[in-house]
Amino acid sequence: MIIQALAFYLFAFVAIAAGVMVVTARNPVHSVLFLILAFFNSAALFVLMGAEFLAMILVVVYVGAVAVLFLFVVMMLDINFVEMRQGFLQYLPVGGLIGIILLAELVLIVGTWAVSPEAATLVTAPIPPPDQASNIHALGRLIYTHYVYLFQASGMVLLVAMMGAIVLTLRHREGVRRQKIEQQLARKAEDTIEVVKVPSGSGI
Amino acid sequence: MVDMMALWENYIWPTAWIVGGILMIVVPVLLSVAYLTLAERKVIGWMQLRKGPNVVGPFGLLQPIADGLKLFFKETIIPASSNRVIFFLAPVVTFVLSLIAWAVIPFGPGLVLADINVGFLYLFAISSLGVYGILMAGWASNSKYAFLGALRSAAQMVSYEVSIGFVIITVLLAVGSLNLSQIVLAQSGGIHHWHAFSPLLPMFVVFFVSALAETNRAPFDLPEAEAELVSGYNVEYSSMTFAMFFLGEYANMILMSAMTAILFLGGWLPPFEFAPFTWIPGPIWFALKIAFVLFLFLWVRATFPRYRYDQLMRLGWKVFLPLSLAWVILTAGWLIAFDQVPPAGGA
Repeated sequence: MIIQALAFYLFAFVAIAAGVMVVTARNPVHSVLFLILAFFNSAALFVLMGAEFLAMILVVVYVGAVAVLFLFVVMMLDINFVEMRQGFLQYLPVGGLIGIILLAELVLIVGTWAVSPEAATLVTAPIPPPDQASNIHALGRLIYTHYVYLFQASGMVLLVAMMGAIVLTLRHREGVRRQKIEQQLARKAEDTIEVVKVPSGSGI
Repeated sequence: MVDMMALWENYIWPTAWIVGGILMIVVPVLLSVAYLTLAERKVIGWMQLRKGPNVVGPFGLLQPIADGLKLFFKETIIPASSNRVIFFLAPVVTFVLSLIAWAVIPFGPGLVLADINVGFLYLFAISSLGVYGILMAGWASNSKYAFLGALRSAAQMVSYEVSIGFVIITVLLAVGSLNLSQIVLAQSGGIHHWHAFSPLLPMFVVFFVSALAETNRAPFDLPEAEAELVSGYNVEYSSMTFAMFFLGEYANMILMSAMTAILFLGGWLPPFEFAPFTWIPGPIWFALKIAFVLFLFLWVRATFPRYRYDQLMRLGWKVFLPLSLAWVILTAGWLIAFDQVPPAGGA
């Protein structure tokens, strides 16, 4: 189909262009917004491949949650954009070298990629053909039924990472007055308001 | 000649069909937005023993059009130190996001523009993007009040999205499908089969309150707290850019009401499965249910004072999140224990 091919090239082109702009944009906020555009186009590519669940999760998790945090942090930064750009030419050779090495490694890996002929027989959990189960059911069966222990283990890893982040940033400060929610909830109008009839011409 | 016919049948006709469908949805939504603003002023007026707008047209019925025209003829002012491109992009993003979500809403049996399997995930994804319009507006305005309002709004929307997600999961567990038509059909058979009158009732309440917070409505309208922030993230906007924010916000209210109607009030289904009720077509029942939920939105606004910010965060993270998480586990446990897990073939 011509339309599918056109859509693919459109989304792929915009995704790569947005990726380039993430790196080259002068303003960090613009970078984050281009990153969001790149995420969107990747999600559209997933939809074209028939992986609609992955596409939606990409939007919900990366665009709806992770990129919001990025944007929050970048917007609050108080940095001088001109100053930040000063070392650009100085670091360009080193950065370019690292980029070329990574590209060469990737080309080598992809060029020598080989799948073992027995790989198909080693699959312990058969993946149902696409006409029998939707994306979501197939994924759910794999993650929550066949590989549930690995799923739980990755959950534990994330929990430990979260606890680590909290431990690293938690500081106990002295002399902070906190709201006591129980006290606030326990307050009644009778305890705090007194209706007084004040005769005119005299105080209480 | 055959080529022309093929071109017509494969490309032009489907495109025209889809564009027609989009217009059939967008025009009524925008009209409802216009009349929702009038309904809001009228309902709150009656609740406060006033008359509300009653001068323009009979019963003030032309008031929304007068308001729209007024905004249209105002001057568009761009603050000198603003970031122009993002300043213009922000209202467009808000407005477009509030409209594209309607693509998956079923108005009746088979009456849906895109009947996709991951319908509710799509809605959830779109509603989680609403933050961007507001953050971009707040940042691009380069103004303290706008930025503070945007930060408040973003924090609030992100917090309440979590509990909305869990509420949706409880319903999906009970239905066994992410498709919105399937969710409605799972509630067929009369009012006592609706999710609002099942063990999911507490989730209905949580969803409604979270919807108030998600759309920045009273009593959670802190982003627009007039007393502290002038008007929040949209202070610097004028004319049509302001109007697009306004339209987007009210279209989001209607969308949230539609989601409530689909998840808990049986969508297009009549409340009773016998004669006078089944004569009324599905889309009218759906519209009536949306109108009912919208009336609740307005009623809440006329009744409750604004929350304090720390109370708002406490309600979201310390009350709704544990409650909805517990309900997910309870529902899943109930379904497994009594062998009521819906069959997997649904979606």
